[in-house]
Amino acid sequence: MSALKLKKGTSRKSAYDLKSTLGDTVETHTIAVLVDNEAGVLARVIGLFSGRGYNIESLTVAEVDHTGHLSRITIVTTGTPAVIVQIKAQLARMVPVHEVHDLTVEGPSVERELAMLKVAGTGDKRVEAMRLADIFRAAVVDTTLESFVFEITGTPEKIDAFVDLMHPLGLVEIARTGVAAMLRGA
Amino acid sequence: MTRQMTGAQMVVQALKDQGVDTVFGYPGGAVLPIYDEIFQQNEIRHILVRHEQGAAHAAEGYARSTGKPGVVLVTSGPGATNAVTGMTDALMDSIPLVVLTGQVPTFMIGTDGFQEADTVGITRPCTKHNWLVKDTDKLAEILHQAFHVARSGRPGPVLVDIPKDVQFANGAYVEPAKARTGHYQPQVKGDIEAISTLVEAMEKAQRPLFYTGGGVINSGNGACQLLRELVDATGFPITSTLMGLGAYPASGKNWIGMLGMHGTYEANLAMHDCDLMINVGARFDDRITGRIPDFSPKSKKAHIDIDASSINKVIHVEIPILGDVGHVLEDALKIWKSRGRKTHAAGVRKWWGKINEWQAVKCLTYKNSDKLIKPQFAVQRLEALTKDMDRYVTTEVGQHQMWAAQFLGFQEPHRWMTSGGLGTMGYGFPASIGVQIAHPDALVINVAGDASFLMNMQEMGTAVQYDLPVKQFILNNERLGMVRQWQELLHGERYSHSWSESLPDFVKLAEAFGAKGIYCDDPRNLDDAINEMIKHDGPVIMDCVVEKHANCFPMIPSGKPHNEMLLGEADTTGAIADGGAVLV
Repeated sequence: MSALKLKKGTSRKSAYDLKSTLGDTVETHTIAVLVDNEAGVLARVIGLFSGRGYNIESLTVAEVDHTGHLSRITIVTTGTPAVIVQIKAQLARMVPVHEVHDLTVEGPSVERELAMLKVAGTGDKRVEAMRLADIFRAAVVDTTLESFVFEITGTPEKIDAFVDLMHPLGLVEIARTGVAAMLRGA
Repeated sequence: MTRQMTGAQMVVQALKDQGVDTVFGYPGGAVLPIYDEIFQQNEIRHILVRHEQGAAHAAEGYARSTGKPGVVLVTSGPGATNAVTGMTDALMDSIPLVVLTGQVPTFMIGTDGFQEADTVGITRPCTKHNWLVKDTDKLAEILHQAFHVARSGRPGPVLVDIPKDVQFANGAYVEPAKARTGHYQPQVKGDIEAISTLVEAMEKAQRPLFYTGGGVINSGNGACQLLRELVDATGFPITSTLMGLGAYPASGKNWIGMLGMHGTYEANLAMHDCDLMINVGARFDDRITGRIPDFSPKSKKAHIDIDASSINKVIHVEIPILGDVGHVLEDALKIWKSRGRKTHAAGVRKWWGKINEWQAVKCLTYKNSDKLIKPQFAVQRLEALTKDMDRYVTTEVGQHQMWAAQFLGFQEPHRWMTSGGLGTMGYGFPASIGVQIAHPDALVINVAGDASFLMNMQEMGTAVQYDLPVKQFILNNERLGMVRQWQELLHGERYSHSWSESLPDFVKLAEAFGAKGIYCDDPRNLDDAINEMIKHDGPVIMDCVVEKHANCFPMIPSGKPHNEMLLGEADTTGAIADGGAVLV
């Protein structure tokens, strides 16, 4: 967990969460950003990251409030504590941004990602792939006599592990959604 | 009841409703409907520039000298791209601009149409926000939102891209009061607890220092008044960035000069040795900090800023205060007074003793000449002959800019317009036009270099057309002086492309445009030439030929801390180490 001691939801309103940022260890943070669902908003966010040299490990976006025209962007990023604080401040000052939440700090949070894996093969390898998919609770969403398409949902780490196991069993294609995340509790 | 009108009419109506009196622009195919509406009214004055970059800088000059947003109207494609430098400049220096661009009709967007450019895409990183309006019904509201965003919080440029069919189509006009300005409402009140912490630190500080910036001026005249009251009541010394000059008067008793790379010895050493640094609306720019690990190592730092992303971006501060400078200073004064107006008087007195020692070094001294005009002498004489006038000064970028900052004194805010963050050569001349438009009876001087002036000299046409008596005071050393200085200091005196070959005859250039030209290369004639320039009722180019190899001192070489300044024409070889050479 982070060394930051941030008050919940302070990233937009308060500058006082900026205190304990002296540290040079790189941390991974998941940030949820609520934005106006307008043309170009994703380009603005991505442009901020590329323009200022911040990292994007994963990014997902979709409309979450149709009547309010709001989209939720979930960004997984890495940086020193000072950089993470900068990222949040830079996001928060963008005009179409309504809220910025650092789920890693405000957490605990639940993170989920969906992936589809196409595994081709026959014989023992095919059986083994099916057996491992069962263990990982991956569903088969398409099958031929020589291939499966598995759908797996879980933390990025769980998906990484599943991908690693499928590699020697005939993995030919992967599609991943990136992380969606939410705070635990009410 | 909603009023129906065309998009082009909405643009003019919205500008009127926003209190706009002047637009700087250049017509073209994609803005013809708007120009047609401008033709049919008299309330908004349109100033025809000669290049769209000039429009943006003129609007910046207008904005900086009035505190109101500057408005730019240009066409699609090249019109928009030419304005990009001005918008980037305004973004770096927090200047409110509303830029309106024409665009190809909505049905042609994406087809590589004639004069089509992805304007919102190109300007996304150089505006606070921008909009592409695809529906006339939304145009009026977006225009009002644009003004709101440009003015609110940390000011900056915004752009509204309006396709030609949207300008022709009819829609419902929305009044400013009915426009939804949404959730964009930056926090202006500072946290009282944090302000109290600052006041406590001020009471205890033995070596306090105010370090103020352009944010004070952006916050308004009230903020400048509060700053003056707080500084004078506490007796603390005050320095300012290039952008903040004039917020506290240069004649004020606590003023110790500008700080930074070419700031005064006393200001930079005070920054290095203070025990409490109170940053008011400045942003720890690299021209200010020098080498970061050595930046003011002994001080506790407070930072008042309206932009949370400015706080702790470069320098870690112990007392961050998010809020508008005016509001925060008001609360700080109130709290400080209510707690009994305490300061560590003995400590501060001793601190002033130290500062007075540094001041005695007289770091701005230079060796004068009776044969050649020294550039510093030229600016000094300009100051002596104009300081009591209703004067506004703009500058280009380079050595002359630093000498102007060092030798001109500003007693009021909004009197000094210079490109600080972006360092845009070519800024000063069009900016002086914008200032003169806003203040028709004032003396407006652009302190320029020969190279910078050439970058937007086409605006002589604008100055002459509108009979704007702007004074172009060119310190002509036939060099790119600051580039030359750096080449001398860190590139072994190899002066790669830093001289001005084939300069025009500036007097003839002025005359070719129908303006007045004055030539001076003799220090004995300098005062007469400056007086002639001031007295002439019309635009003037004064070609002031100065010594060619003067360097601008003091100087903190890049990569060095504040207490390793170069003071004058001492031996400067090896002043910048290899590590410093990679810095700009």
